Amino acid sequence: MTGALLKGAAQLVLLLLLSPLITGLIRTLKARLQMRRGPGPLQPYREIHKLMRKGMVVPDTASWLFSATPYVVFLATLLAGLMVPMVAADMPTGLFGGVLAVVYLLGLGRFFLALGGLDTGTSFGGLGSSREMTISALAEPTLMLAVFTVAIGAGSTAMAEMARTAIGQQWHFLAPSQILAFAALFLVLIAETGRIPVDNPATHLELTMIHEAMILEYSGPYLALIEWGASIKQLLLMTLLINIFWPFGLAADWSSASRVLAALGWLAAKLAVLSCGIVLVETANAKMRLFRVPELMAVAFTLGALALVSTFLL
Amino acid sequence: MSLPFGVDLFSWTIRITPLAAYFNLVLGILATAVSIYSFGYVREMEGRRNLGVLGFFYNILLLSLTLVFSAANAFFFLVAWEVMALSAWCLVSFEHEKAATRRSGMVFLVMSHAGTGLLLIGFLILAQASGSLDFASFHLLASRLSPAQQGSVFILFFLGFGVKAGVIPIHVWLPQAHPVAPSNISALMSGIVIKSGIYGMALVFFDFFGAAPLWAGMAVLAAGVVSALFGVLYALMEHDLKRLLAYHSIENIGIILIGFGAALLFRALGHPMLAAMALIAGLYHTLNHAIFKCLLFLGAGAVLQSTHTRNMEEMGGLIRRMPVTALCFLTGAVAISGLPPLNGFVSEWLTYQALLAGFGSTQTLTRLVFPIAGALLALTAALAAACFVKAFGISFLALPRSEEAETAHECLPSMRAGMGILAALCALLGFGATWFLPIFDSITAAALGVRPSATLTAVNHLVLTVGTARGGTVSTVGIAALLGLLSGLPALFWLVWGRSGRRVTGPTWDCGLPGLTATNEYTATGFSKAFRMIFSALYRPRREIQAEYEVSPYYPTAIRFESEIEPAFEKHFYDPFQAWLMRAARRMRGVQAGSIHAYLAYIFVALIALMLFGVRR
Repeated sequence: MTGALLKGAAQLVLLLLLSPLITGLIRTLKARLQMRRGPGPLQPYREIHKLMRKGMVVPDTASWLFSATPYVVFLATLLAGLMVPMVAADMPTGLFGGVLAVVYLLGLGRFFLALGGLDTGTSFGGLGSSREMTISALAEPTLMLAVFTVAIGAGSTAMAEMARTAIGQQWHFLAPSQILAFAALFLVLIAETGRIPVDNPATHLELTMIHEAMILEYSGPYLALIEWGASIKQLLLMTLLINIFWPFGLAADWSSASRVLAALGWLAAKLAVLSCGIVLVETANAKMRLFRVPELMAVAFTLGALALVSTFLL
Repeated sequence: MSLPFGVDLFSWTIRITPLAAYFNLVLGILATAVSIYSFGYVREMEGRRNLGVLGFFYNILLLSLTLVFSAANAFFFLVAWEVMALSAWCLVSFEHEKAATRRSGMVFLVMSHAGTGLLLIGFLILAQASGSLDFASFHLLASRLSPAQQGSVFILFFLGFGVKAGVIPIHVWLPQAHPVAPSNISALMSGIVIKSGIYGMALVFFDFFGAAPLWAGMAVLAAGVVSALFGVLYALMEHDLKRLLAYHSIENIGIILIGFGAALLFRALGHPMLAAMALIAGLYHTLNHAIFKCLLFLGAGAVLQSTHTRNMEEMGGLIRRMPVTALCFLTGAVAISGLPPLNGFVSEWLTYQALLAGFGSTQTLTRLVFPIAGALLALTAALAAACFVKAFGISFLALPRSEEAETAHECLPSMRAGMGILAALCALLGFGATWFLPIFDSITAAALGVRPSATLTAVNHLVLTVGTARGGTVSTVGIAALLGLLSGLPALFWLVWGRSGRRVTGPTWDCGLPGLTATNEYTATGFSKAFRMIFSALYRPRREIQAEYEVSPYYPTAIRFESEIEPAFEKHFYDPFQAWLMRAARRMRGVQAGSIHAYLAYIFVALIALMLFGVRR
């Protein structure tokens, strides 16, 4: 029991501390690739620190739901994060839910975030909510198809089992079905974390923004919670991708401290590589028109379906 | 239990099988909540309408539903079925002074009777084989028939019960009839009346059939996926709150049928345990959907009574004026979107797990059906979440969009109590799913010969598992407890960073205009615009914009906007069918000339034909 609590606490701390760094890292790398200096990778920590101390303005049109939303979003995302194996395949919270619970907890956060956007009464909030729900709905079947492909291989939707199977088949990630499923999930990652070409996390231009439009009226600690939650969501989706498709270095359990530390190092390295991939995609592409996004999601769905068919054929 | 009564063939016998008991339980829960709600709800009609009539048919409906779920022979079943349909029709047409209501009621009546006709033929085929009308004699009978008879019995029952359940494409009566009824009746209609179709299917599929052919399972699964997806896609386009909910009933019937279809497939492939899990998923979703859909309709009724409109574009801001109704509606919305830790999530999780397990159950290409169905179920669930963001966000949040919404008031205490019971049940059936599962044991034991509840739960009934040692697990109690535990974290943040910042209320940013009004808000039409464009192949939207201007077209004085989508099933299937039917009827008119001599001749010819038929036999 104490052991489980400690493991849970360790993962909690890791999620809270690592997530802003990944966001910062992606921003810095992107700036460098675009020949800009950009802020350092520690900037998101400073932003959270600053926002947490600030006061906030709540719109007079908003109800209690507006104030409840940041908490629901933050807690649901954090709980989903606790279920994803980061350094060891075995997670104490894994018993409470597998990959389906993770997907649906993220859905819970999104549901409330979209309501929070509508609660302000501006066009921007509604616009952001509508677009967010549209794109996530289109990404959902692909996500589920890719998850199914992996879950079928592992014979389970439990995260620990999926990661353990991945560890067992070291080079299996080069199999066609795994490559296709990875590609599909990568596109979902781009869409779900609001990255170019689907959304631009750096813009506040009303015609193009999605996530930023929804949270336009949030300020102070509320904004900090939402932004932090978004960072955690990004980290957990990246970790999911990494630990299921590139399982090297992931410890099977928590028994040896050195293995866990090594796993932490591997995690950092793999996250850095994946961040580079995201940065390359973000820099090499322009933002898509909103109504081109369904085509991208259709491509992702096709990749997911092909992954599934190839598990059957190969 | 059986109460022998009446003559041999047409006996009025009652039996309570585990399945019947379960549906009676669902009925009992809903009837309690709706009846409490109705005390307050009908008060507004007092003096204006004949409440005696409403109460009479309401109670007849409840009684006939009980009898439908308890009847022990086909004759009694069909009588109760007809009484149910007729009393439901009387209730739907309660506000009969409106032409639209009468028309909707008529569509319901006609389609309902067409379905009953199919059921009658199905029962007659079975009765011919067994020599009795008792359900007990039908047990496993259908599987002993010839393949052609099996097929026709299956299709007849599936269509006959499918009309009542609202399976696409025989759903068209549902979105018409449910919204026009008084809201407490709509709640019962969507909550339990359409479930009588599901009861019938469960009876036929898992009692009359020992093992239905493989294609039958495929057909049910496909019908489930199609109903779920198209139901939610049409719901997204609705701005009439009650019609939106009615379309969601079609969606959820689809989800139930996905469970049933998977169960049929598993049984045909020889996996009773998996079949039991899929059946439980379907049956549990039946109860869950009954509860949250009933809750949502009651909430819509409270809103409707307060704002006098069903159009969401004229609501808004109700969360301040009707806080309890808003909270109940939100609970229902979260539950129906399948979000943890409420009850909708549990049954959807079971459905996913059943579908996932299906992939390993066979080696043929059939296995690909399961993950594809799972992906489409995920799409359905995500679209449902989008739809309920719209339904709740536009109706209850931000500024009121009309004067009626501005002067809205909270509903009466008994109405709040009725909704409160159901909202509490959404949470209870979510958290307590593992304690609730054992009641399915007797149903699956009767239908499939297995009792899976012990393998479906683990860790002192706290965790739901898929039955295998390494399979997936989920615990809604655990999720809720952890969410509670984690909420200490924001409190910790307050301690770390201190509460130095002040919280002030200020006007929403409105791009520098003089004050935000309801016209600045996003509308329901706007919210669903993206979906309308993406799925335009299905909707075939048509829109018309007329702008009036004085000086320049860039400064219009008034704009008229009209947008509508094409009702595909009505236009491409029902309208041609109706036209054909009318043509045929017109041609038949010649036969019915009104001459008594002609009629006598008909009778004579019919008699001769029947005698010849009898002699030949």
